[in-house]
Amino acid sequence: MTIRAMIMITTMRGTTTMLDDFLIRAGLAGIGLSLATGPLGAFVLWRRMAYFGDATAHAAILGVALALATDLPVPLGTLVVALAMAVTVASLASKGWAVDTTLGVLSHGALALGLLAISFVHGVHTSLEAYLFGDILAVTPVDLVTIWGGALAVLALLIWRWQALLTATLSADLARADGINPDRERLILTLALALVVAVAIKVVGALLIAAMLVIPAAAARAIARGPEGMAVLASAIGALACLLGLSLSLWQDTPAGPSMVTAATAIFALAALFGRIRRA
Amino acid sequence: MLLQAQDITVRMGGVEVLSRVSMGVEAGEIVTVLGPNGSGKSTLLRAVLGMVPLAGGQVTRAEGLRLGYVPQKLAIDPSLPLTVRRFLSLPHRVSDEEAADALARVGMDAAGQRQIAALSGGQLQRVMLARALLGHPGLLVLDEPTQGLDQPGEAAFYTLIAQVRRDTGAGVLMVSHDLHVVMAASDRVICLNHHICCEGTPRVVSAAPEYRALFGLGTQGALALYQHRHDHSHDETADHGAHDHTGHDHDHDHAGHHHHVG
Repeated sequence: MTIRAMIMITTMRGTTTMLDDFLIRAGLAGIGLSLATGPLGAFVLWRRMAYFGDATAHAAILGVALALATDLPVPLGTLVVALAMAVTVASLASKGWAVDTTLGVLSHGALALGLLAISFVHGVHTSLEAYLFGDILAVTPVDLVTIWGGALAVLALLIWRWQALLTATLSADLARADGINPDRERLILTLALALVVAVAIKVVGALLIAAMLVIPAAAARAIARGPEGMAVLASAIGALACLLGLSLSLWQDTPAGPSMVTAATAIFALAALFGRIRRA
Repeated sequence: MLLQAQDITVRMGGVEVLSRVSMGVEAGEIVTVLGPNGSGKSTLLRAVLGMVPLAGGQVTRAEGLRLGYVPQKLAIDPSLPLTVRRFLSLPHRVSDEEAADALARVGMDAAGQRQIAALSGGQLQRVMLARALLGHPGLLVLDEPTQGLDQPGEAAFYTLIAQVRRDTGAGVLMVSHDLHVVMAASDRVICLNHHICCEGTPRVVSAAPEYRALFGLGTQGALALYQHRHDHSHDETADHGAHDHTGHDHDHDHAGHHHHVG
């Protein structure tokens, strides 16, 4: 949904909602989400989990369909299905299935099945587009609580396990020698990923969640010298991209989710260029 | 004993990589596992550290034993920025002073702010050793620590290990496929080719026919020794527990096996 369409709706409804209200909520939603996607996105890069994130996010569409069909809250449906997907992929990979193939099949299979399932859910007046591309301008105060709650939970989880996660990422053997179980740490990241997918689907949509994980972290990598710096910078870049995307959406009446991802990509290009110049 | 492996067997993909291997490390002792490529050396280290599942046998560690592990290599993803200083604080944070001490000990004094990815193989080995030492290990386990080093670098590394042992009293268990330098640096050598072929002080092992056959040292009688090596069944190697470091452990008799430490 674009900002002009949003203004038209609020005007037509004759509500007292001012332009600023939904924009502020959208901005807050983007910033909240960035708190979690920054550090988690860094791990997604370090552990080469980008396609894993994609598959989990795509599966969330199936979760949306199930939630709508059973009248459960949508974030709960997406969380459960995303988690099931993440655990399935992780266990198949550990049993020696080729990760590429597994992800390719499950990711697109889940997306197609989800789209199919949604078409069977009757009386759904919510547009499918909102779940594919996000609907940050329609974020309600309740959504905002869900997004911030989920993001803070992920952030707390990552901070709590930070040293162990980082050691296990560096080398599973080093971690084991230090008494850390790398399988457990991987499970924690999987859980964090499912949580982020569940709260991010409203903001950027299932198709672009992985983009908000990968692109800000990749931009931060060009500048950062340490893992913590990279994580914090990724959060800041993510938040900046959200605000820039919203501004673009306001001025040019573009869809908000893709605008945010485009802004993040532009920041990545600048950061990569800057990093290259500095190193040269 | 810091660590004791009893009849451990490891299978990977249906192949028996280790067959009923028994070995141990005492406090303050430097034990080196020697063997050709693919002989199961790294697997033995990983098995005694609990990193690979055992198909048989058991490993016991002294209670409260702290391990310092230096892996063969560290594949850091280029997307992970990591300075030497930050690496030393994983998984337990250490003070700047402790970090500087550990780096000085391995001769990497000024390296704190360098990126791990920018280090050479030998520098990375030293930094990984520094990190392992920061955990005050009772047992240091090193997997081919001198791979990719030139001969002087290798000698320097083993001197460093000997110094660490002297300073901290830690036991050392390491793996190597090179022969000469490691011989001088070890108290005891275990010659491995899926089972233990021979074991003892470097002097004893270097004279043992099994060792010579395994590494093709000395052309004289090599063929005979080769045949000898395949004469015995591996089942006969079962009883390593009552081992006395005389350089041979098969219960059949061969001339020339019972060398004495001179």
